[in-house]
Amino acid sequence: MDKPFAITLDVGSSRANKTGSWRTERAVYTNRMPPCNDACPAGENIQAWLYEAEAGGAGYEQGWRRIMEDNPFPAVMGRVCYHPCETACNRAQLDEAVGINSVERFVGDEAIRQGWTVSVDVPPTGKRVLVVGAGPSGLSAAYHLARRGHTVTIKEAGPMAGGMMRFGIPRYRLSRDVLDAEVQRILDLGVTLELDAKVTDLEALRHEHDAVFLAVGAQLGRRAYIPAGSAAHVLDAVSMLRDLEAGEKPLLGRRVAVYGGGNTAMDAARTARRLGAAEAIVVYRRTQDRMPAHESELREAEDEGVLFKWLSTITQVDSGRLTIERMELDEAGFPRPTGELEELDADSLVLALGQETDLALLDGVPGLVVEDGVVAVASDMMTGCPGVFAGGDMVPQERSVTVAVGHGKRAARHIDAWLSGAAPEPAVRPALATFDTLNTWYYSDAPRAHRPLLDRARRESTFDEVVLGHDEGTALLEARRCMSCGNCFECDNCYGVCPDNAVIKLDQPNGKYLIDLDYCKGCGICVAECPSGAIQMFPEQV
Amino acid sequence: MRSQVEGSQAVARAVTLCRPQVIAAYPISPQTHIVESLSDRVRTGELAGCEYLMVESEFGAMSACIGASGAGARAYTATSSQGLLFMAEALFNASGLGLPVVMTVANRAIGAPINIWNDHSDAMAMRDSGWIQLYAESNQEAVDLHVQAFRLAESLSVPVMVCMDGFVLTHAFEEVDLPTQEQVDAFLPPLVPRQLLDPDEPVTIGAMVGPEAFAEVKYLMHVKQMAALDEIPVIAREFEAAFGRSSGGLLRPYRLEDAETVVVALGSVLGTIQDVVDAMRDDGVSVGALGIGCFRPWPVGEVREALQNANRVVVVEKAFAVGAGGIVGQNVRDATRRQPVEVYDVVAGLGGRPITRASLRALLDDVLGGRVDPGRLHFMDLDLELVQRELERSRHGERPGPHAENMLRDLGTVASGAYE
Amino acid sequence: MPYQEIKLYQTGTFVAGNRLLEPEQRSVQARTGRSNSITSGHRACRGCGEALGARYVLDAAMRATGGKVVAVNSTGCLEVFSTPYPESSWQLPWLHSLFGNGPAVAAGVAAALRARGRDDIRVVGQAGDGGTVDIGFGTLSGMFERNDDVLFVCYDNEGYMNTGVQRSGATPPAAITANTKALGQTPGNAFGQGKSVPLIAMAHEIPYVATATVAELRDLEYKVEKAMTFRGARYLHVFVPCPLGWGADSADTVRLARLSKETGLFPVFEAEAGEVTEVSRIRRQVPVEEYLRPQRRYAHLFGDHPRPDIVARLQARADRNIARFGLLPEGDE
Repeated sequence: MDKPFAITLDVGSSRANKTGSWRTERAVYTNRMPPCNDACPAGENIQAWLYEAEAGGAGYEQGWRRIMEDNPFPAVMGRVCYHPCETACNRAQLDEAVGINSVERFVGDEAIRQGWTVSVDVPPTGKRVLVVGAGPSGLSAAYHLARRGHTVTIKEAGPMAGGMMRFGIPRYRLSRDVLDAEVQRILDLGVTLELDAKVTDLEALRHEHDAVFLAVGAQLGRRAYIPAGSAAHVLDAVSMLRDLEAGEKPLLGRRVAVYGGGNTAMDAARTARRLGAAEAIVVYRRTQDRMPAHESELREAEDEGVLFKWLSTITQVDSGRLTIERMELDEAGFPRPTGELEELDADSLVLALGQETDLALLDGVPGLVVEDGVVAVASDMMTGCPGVFAGGDMVPQERSVTVAVGHGKRAARHIDAWLSGAAPEPAVRPALATFDTLNTWYYSDAPRAHRPLLDRARRESTFDEVVLGHDEGTALLEARRCMSCGNCFECDNCYGVCPDNAVIKLDQPNGKYLIDLDYCKGCGICVAECPSGAIQMFPEQV
Repeated sequence: MRSQVEGSQAVARAVTLCRPQVIAAYPISPQTHIVESLSDRVRTGELAGCEYLMVESEFGAMSACIGASGAGARAYTATSSQGLLFMAEALFNASGLGLPVVMTVANRAIGAPINIWNDHSDAMAMRDSGWIQLYAESNQEAVDLHVQAFRLAESLSVPVMVCMDGFVLTHAFEEVDLPTQEQVDAFLPPLVPRQLLDPDEPVTIGAMVGPEAFAEVKYLMHVKQMAALDEIPVIAREFEAAFGRSSGGLLRPYRLEDAETVVVALGSVLGTIQDVVDAMRDDGVSVGALGIGCFRPWPVGEVREALQNANRVVVVEKAFAVGAGGIVGQNVRDATRRQPVEVYDVVAGLGGRPITRASLRALLDDVLGGRVDPGRLHFMDLDLELVQRELERSRHGERPGPHAENMLRDLGTVASGAYE
Repeated sequence: MPYQEIKLYQTGTFVAGNRLLEPEQRSVQARTGRSNSITSGHRACRGCGEALGARYVLDAAMRATGGKVVAVNSTGCLEVFSTPYPESSWQLPWLHSLFGNGPAVAAGVAAALRARGRDDIRVVGQAGDGGTVDIGFGTLSGMFERNDDVLFVCYDNEGYMNTGVQRSGATPPAAITANTKALGQTPGNAFGQGKSVPLIAMAHEIPYVATATVAELRDLEYKVEKAMTFRGARYLHVFVPCPLGWGADSADTVRLARLSKETGLFPVFEAEAGEVTEVSRIRRQVPVEEYLRPQRRYAHLFGDHPRPDIVARLQARADRNIARFGLLPEGDE
């Protein structure tokens, strides 16, 4: 074509005009901390594994592997974790939190069904680490240490591994098949487990190892002084649950009172119902909204016919009868006795007033500091004795399986560093992806799917799992409710909304995007229209 | 084939033979018979493969032609007077983009006062629009000029307007030799656009050009227009060879050989002028005539050469620049610079007033008799008494109102005839 | 929503693409192979809604026609910022003639293509609101009534931005422009003026009329694609915020477009042969104030001397649209 001068131009020739020079701010792809990850005591990268699971199919295994980087118990977590992630979930401000726990359970169960395994991918370090206690914290530490090439021996006082996962949590909340499968997967990494091997003299043992991780838990039921008649039948919840797991069926009678307001109290009351108690009543000195038990546990207990007596303390235990004093809350919310007494028929009283740690094994270990019945540790989980680390219920923090698992991981990281003489890689914690950093317009309206529950009749008479899992389709939809806060999930919106074609979409798997700084004028539309807040503007250095 | 036919019909037939692919037109007297006839010819299939757009305005008509031409089609329209002015913006655009649109202008006066009759105010107002302007002397020439216009437009990629006097030619029945389709096809090959909108070879047409290159673009336009001064005679010669008659070209000299006095004019009045020339020649006066066939581009060298022996040039034109003078006259003066010649600017035939032999003869007698001041614009057949009266009225400090209405009142008549 | 909604529990229909969607479910803009009909290096202001809208529209048209589109552009911002000699941002055949003649030029192109037997090449005419609703309105109406085979697209940014932000027939009441300043008793543009060209287009009973915004990409692409299934005159009126002219943050372009629809101020609908066939219902209704406040052209309504009376009149306009077109979410009517 004989193009007339200046009037007729070649197409696309404006690319010679680099409009990037107009820019005063530039858009940069960033990763913010999703609130779920931030809240996870086990340090799971929840957004990342949900991202994998959202793909369905092979994504479930990818997602599972992402969980396994931080936590060897996905299926257990999917049952017993109190999921602070869901409490923190930004989606709660839009409709309802993502059912992260239910997806984790689906993925964890899928791993067991499919027989997915992990392996040790590094050469042996030759370092020997002793783990004391095969509870969640000890197993978690053993798992992470083993995967880092260390030789791990677990010494467990009890007859089976699992700790409170087995001896504290009733099987209607956590199927033992699931627990066994996930424990076995850890042992399959080459971890040596010695059962019925109570450590009594740590000082002697620690010199045989390069490092020690203490995770003996808190298995002693706390006693309270309650005047009791000679025929009164009083037992503690921890012992009751442990004995039950060991095959001993406690004699509780028709009417069982449980004293306490925590999760163990719920477990005891619900177990009592299953063991045939016609009436299980929880006596708690404060009000319902102040009880430490998790809301779902309370709700399920109520569903199963457990009764509650609020603002009450037990002042006297007699055979078949308790004396109860009514309490009232003062302005600070603290319960004060009123002097008003009443009687309550009860064949037995189960105390669920908290647990304590048996610290006898620590005698003689130099440098160890014990405060308030627990072992003091630094932020690297090391006790006052070099090379001796501790975690789980025996250190001062909230007691839960997930916290314990997190301790195991954190301790393993620091033990690994300590053994190699290197400083551990600093954990990067980017700024939180708060709700206001998102553009929630883009997310589909998607009501949460709740897990089905076992029917009432079977819950009152059997120890079958109460909370059932999602089928695949439901789990997938739930995974896809994730808003991927603070992290790109490849929605292509930035690529679409740029008026200057200055976002380059990399056409390759996991390719994602680049800002073309030759043309980006710095308008910020990609930032404003990124659903997940994964792009930020930064001032241009002039 | 010779036939007795109305000028508009003859032009419509000629246009049909040129196989335009898009016609976009809006009716205005006296152009209407042309576009009506073309509509018929498209509908009957006589003009096949042509899209006929009945647009909402002349502005739309020229715009549609711009689009059609940009998309590689041979495009045609016709208009007159107000319609041409309503196109003004688009005329400049078509030429600026170098699009080979061909248009018939059935010349008519420009209002106000509104007047549907013939003069050249419309085409002259658009003389700087970048279009080539060809003026037909007769209906035969109008037919022939259209065939040549397409060829010219497309060879240079410039738009061409063929001007023919409204009513005088468009509505006149004369014998015309209409060419055959075979002849026209042989003379006018299918359009090969210099540029077009093509998805296989996309280009951006109509860019914005700033001070850094605007003058160069305009210079190149000028050069291209001037190239038409070479191209037009070539096409006219080839036309004569193919069709057996002389038609078109830049100039139409008549008895110029030894003429001391030459009358210069455009369009249909040339026939009358030639009659007067003949009569005066019979009386022994050395008079000639020079018809301007191509007014834009202005064939300055050819005019100079044609007038080199004259010592008086009387430019009779049907338009003028209000407040300045003759338009063609100014161009003739430009062409005869440094030649010992007086140029007389004569305005005649405005708004359809007949230009009679008697008036022309009287004019030339006055010029030869030294009774016409060459330094002043001369209005042929002006009703001096009427304008004096009106001027007198204004001098008395009254609010005179529009001169035109006052004069019409004095005449006791209003223009009659068909309105647009 | 007139088009098939994508049921993806995450972002589904609302974002451009998403890795979880099958390739054919992704918008044209999400594809690496999109035409980029208007490419980088153009001189539009930061955050220009019109540059964005033009690419959305033309890329969709290119896809719908297998790359056989010719564009005709009226004078205006879009033309000026895309084709300053010696650089063109266009990547498809493109013709600019004048300000007021885009529709007629496009009609001429369509006629030429038809005459040349190239019906496979489709014509898209485009202009801003000035070139469409005002100076080009006569030629637009002519193109409509002749049912010329042209999709004409108006990128409506509610004023003459190219000449320095003056009022057009599409400028909304109360808005400040360079010739409707906040002076006198009724600050900003007058109430009771202006026109809806989509409704006027419908009165021509042309095959297809639709409105859209740059905030709902899939809706826009669907409408372009649908428009290309018709022969004859089609009209698409796209709402494109102008950060410069509206005094808005450049990052807010898409958000303001979204709010224009979610308030009801800009009804998004489709019509065939003169009858409304579909409306895009409001998803999360918001009061007009939420749309007005981020724009300096409405700052006089909220400053030291707030004018809740004028805000109420604007809300009444939104409410009228909502009632007239039935814009409330299903179940909320």
